[in-house]
Amino acid sequence: MKLIFEKSVSGRKSFSLPKLDVKESQIDIPEHLVRNEAPNLPELYEVDIVRHYNQLASLNHSVDRGFYPLGSCTMKYNPFLNEEVAALNGFKYLHPYQEERTVQGALELMYELQEFLKEITGMDHVTLQPAAGAHGELTGMLIIKKYLKENNLGHKNEVIIPDSAHGTNPASAAMAGFKVVKVNSNNEGRVDLDHLKSLVNENTAAIMLTNPNTLGLFEKDILKISDLMHKNNALLYYDGANLNAIMGKVRPGDNGFDVVHLNLHKTFSTPHGMGGPGSGPIAVKTYLKEYLPKPVVGVKENGEYYLDYDIPKSIGKVRSFYGNFLVLVKAYAYILTMGKEGLKKVSELATLNANYLKEKLSKFLDVAYPDVCKHEFVIKGSSLKDYGVSTLDFAKRLLDYGIHPPTVYFPLIVEEAMMIEPTETESKETLDEVASIYEKILEEAKNEPTKLKNAPLTLPIKRLDEVKANKELNVKFD
Amino acid sequence: MNDFPYLPHTQKDIEEMFSFLGIKDIDELYQDIPVLFKGELNIPSSLSEIEVKERLTDLTKQNKNIEEYGIFRGAGIYNHYIPSVIYPLASNRNFLTAYTPYQAEVSQGTLQILYEYQTQICNLTGMEVSNSSMYDGASALAEAILMAKRINGKNHVLMSKLVHPEYQEVSKTYVEVQGMNIEQIDYLSETGQLDLADLTSKITEETSCVVVSYPNFLGVIEDLKAIREKVPSDVVFIVVTYPISLGLLEAPGKFGVDIVVGEGQSLGNTPSFGGPGLGIFASKKNYIRKMPGRIIGETVDQDGKRGFCMVLQTREQHIRREKSTSNICSNHAFNALLASLYLNVMGKQGIREVSLQNYHKAHYLAKKLLETEKFKPVFDGPFFNEFVLESKIDPELLNEKLLEQHYFGPLILKNFYEEMGNKVLFCATELTKKRDIDFLCSFLEGLS
Repeated sequence: MKLIFEKSVSGRKSFSLPKLDVKESQIDIPEHLVRNEAPNLPELYEVDIVRHYNQLASLNHSVDRGFYPLGSCTMKYNPFLNEEVAALNGFKYLHPYQEERTVQGALELMYELQEFLKEITGMDHVTLQPAAGAHGELTGMLIIKKYLKENNLGHKNEVIIPDSAHGTNPASAAMAGFKVVKVNSNNEGRVDLDHLKSLVNENTAAIMLTNPNTLGLFEKDILKISDLMHKNNALLYYDGANLNAIMGKVRPGDNGFDVVHLNLHKTFSTPHGMGGPGSGPIAVKTYLKEYLPKPVVGVKENGEYYLDYDIPKSIGKVRSFYGNFLVLVKAYAYILTMGKEGLKKVSELATLNANYLKEKLSKFLDVAYPDVCKHEFVIKGSSLKDYGVSTLDFAKRLLDYGIHPPTVYFPLIVEEAMMIEPTETESKETLDEVASIYEKILEEAKNEPTKLKNAPLTLPIKRLDEVKANKELNVKFD
Repeated sequence: MNDFPYLPHTQKDIEEMFSFLGIKDIDELYQDIPVLFKGELNIPSSLSEIEVKERLTDLTKQNKNIEEYGIFRGAGIYNHYIPSVIYPLASNRNFLTAYTPYQAEVSQGTLQILYEYQTQICNLTGMEVSNSSMYDGASALAEAILMAKRINGKNHVLMSKLVHPEYQEVSKTYVEVQGMNIEQIDYLSETGQLDLADLTSKITEETSCVVVSYPNFLGVIEDLKAIREKVPSDVVFIVVTYPISLGLLEAPGKFGVDIVVGEGQSLGNTPSFGGPGLGIFASKKNYIRKMPGRIIGETVDQDGKRGFCMVLQTREQHIRREKSTSNICSNHAFNALLASLYLNVMGKQGIREVSLQNYHKAHYLAKKLLETEKFKPVFDGPFFNEFVLESKIDPELLNEKLLEQHYFGPLILKNFYEEMGNKVLFCATELTKKRDIDFLCSFLEGLS
């Protein structure tokens, strides 16, 4: 479809501003700093804009439209209630530099959310500042870096990360100034303890673990891993991308983790917004409290909430202001709605759904690791090659059936991987239907492989030429 | 029974699923975990929709918001008008409940929106390429400084003292662990502009980048042309900008700036207690492979039809892992949509008009405030919609009195710069009405 710029007609407008009610001053800016040519923005009438975006919306798949089982992304349903409360004027029209006594409600919400997250993770202190999971990872790794430095352990510069880890883990560790060391998975899909032991040395700063891991498997040896690390003065970092499997069932803080991040846009139902905003709070054990980024929300004896900037060893600030506040409001509303029993139920049903779909698919596809999984599982697509098709072809054909493909080609340790996370908000009928679609596509792969190779066939657009996109970069309309 | 919303399972469903899996209860799916939590979470029990709404509404009542109170404060987050069409259009659930466009064929809406956003940001800033958003202005600046190091391998950062203090702190957190060090450049006490002599004297062989804010934190418009002349060509010139000002001010790209970053909240996003807004990030084209964040490009499908997809993903963490240009994964795409919608509604004429109104309101406010004789002028450099005055009344008292009148007064600068004493930073936008300004001034005249 046409770009908004191609719909522009000189002289059209849709803005409406009142007439200036003050006397015009002379523009007292040196001439060379004044813009002579107005920025090239489209000129449109309001109806043009409305139709443009409605057309664009119809080109997107979304959770509201259908099954969206992206592994490790927890594409659960995003309640309307949360949107409504986050849009209250008393939240969205707050300026960050208002006097504290004029934002007591906002601070109380943040304080309570900190308390809830402490309880869910089994940790001691929380900051709500990080804007996303990866931002939380960076914040957590900076805290570890600072702690080590302050305690004469600054030589510790190696962070161990499993080969199954999310890409953000090594990227965040590197951004915090660490060297990344890869630990292998064993044939059960868990961290290979012997390999880990061989890697731990006096330079080991930390291990970053996702538990359950990206294969959806719980790291059963977590207490052994935590002992091993702590004996070597190394810390444990918990990547909370997969927390949806274990709320009320397991608390990372009880298993030896020192730093934990959470993804409010995954586990706590805030919408993914085409890529963000998310929110990635982190939780730490008491001994790391003094390194948290500034400020944290505190409460005085008289019940007044305040922003506490008095954190002398703080890593500093990781963003402006206090966090993605409106996202926090949505997560808070979700926790109130579900309550303690509901959150536990969420994890149990997420796990039940994943195991159910895994068993269904295992009748005709290869599950990479047959163990009981948690919230997600991985299909090994290499046998598709027998029919001359790939995981990518299979994924593209799913689009024709109106369902979103899983995360594909990740984790890296599974050949032709399809990583499926149904979430708890999908019904049994949906899972049954999805399984039958997968089976049907497999039949097509055997009998009519071109249907997969050319997929999608039914969408307004066919498969895109990504080579051309990267070779002849066009990232701006001229 | 299932008593919780958003969980579709009936007892019958659960029984059938158990039976299919050959299990008797849910605990069998957690048997492999040796470290189960046996307790009960200390969190309240589930509330109904009505109760949740009541609780949240009660919390908002303990806040004073800037729809009910007037505001003369900006400092990074601004109270601009958001046209009615923007939020309802953006809130389309096919935008809100989608994620990163990993499957381009069912994400053309997202991809085209972000491609259009990139184009608008380029046109507004005068730059050649833009990414599809960062978290906020502060982290965008920090990432720009890291990018400068990728460009020239150097570690010395020269940063104007009048870059937003929070951005300076965030930059320090991000870049010092990479072995970079930040040195401040002073400003001239007469104009409130960058001290060019100080800049020149501090540039060394090791200087990686020079960072200035346009307008700066104290509202003064820096002379980018004069600064550019002092920045050697192998030093990366980074400008932090305030997008609304660019309807009136010359685009930074026109002065040969290498990277432009900024907070995009002022474009169609509510103040939201400081987040989420979005980080704007644009640069010269030849640096595109060093950029952080997602970038959308145009291409064609198998039939030659135009389509869009993510490009240069080999820079990113999911491919390059520890060697990526940034760890960023989730960005602020939804806020970029709001910004893009805003720029479409305002268009070529509207952005100019709103920018001019900000200028005129602020200049009227400054003139009227000085006439009260409760303030002394501080800088004579040109300003956009924020300016510094020295208050003859104790600033805390001033704001206390204004709060009683339902106004948020100016920002008290000594909280950010120790040497600022009684200096305060006022802001006016197109939403600041003449009657509010006139009331403010007559009220102040009555204060002793």
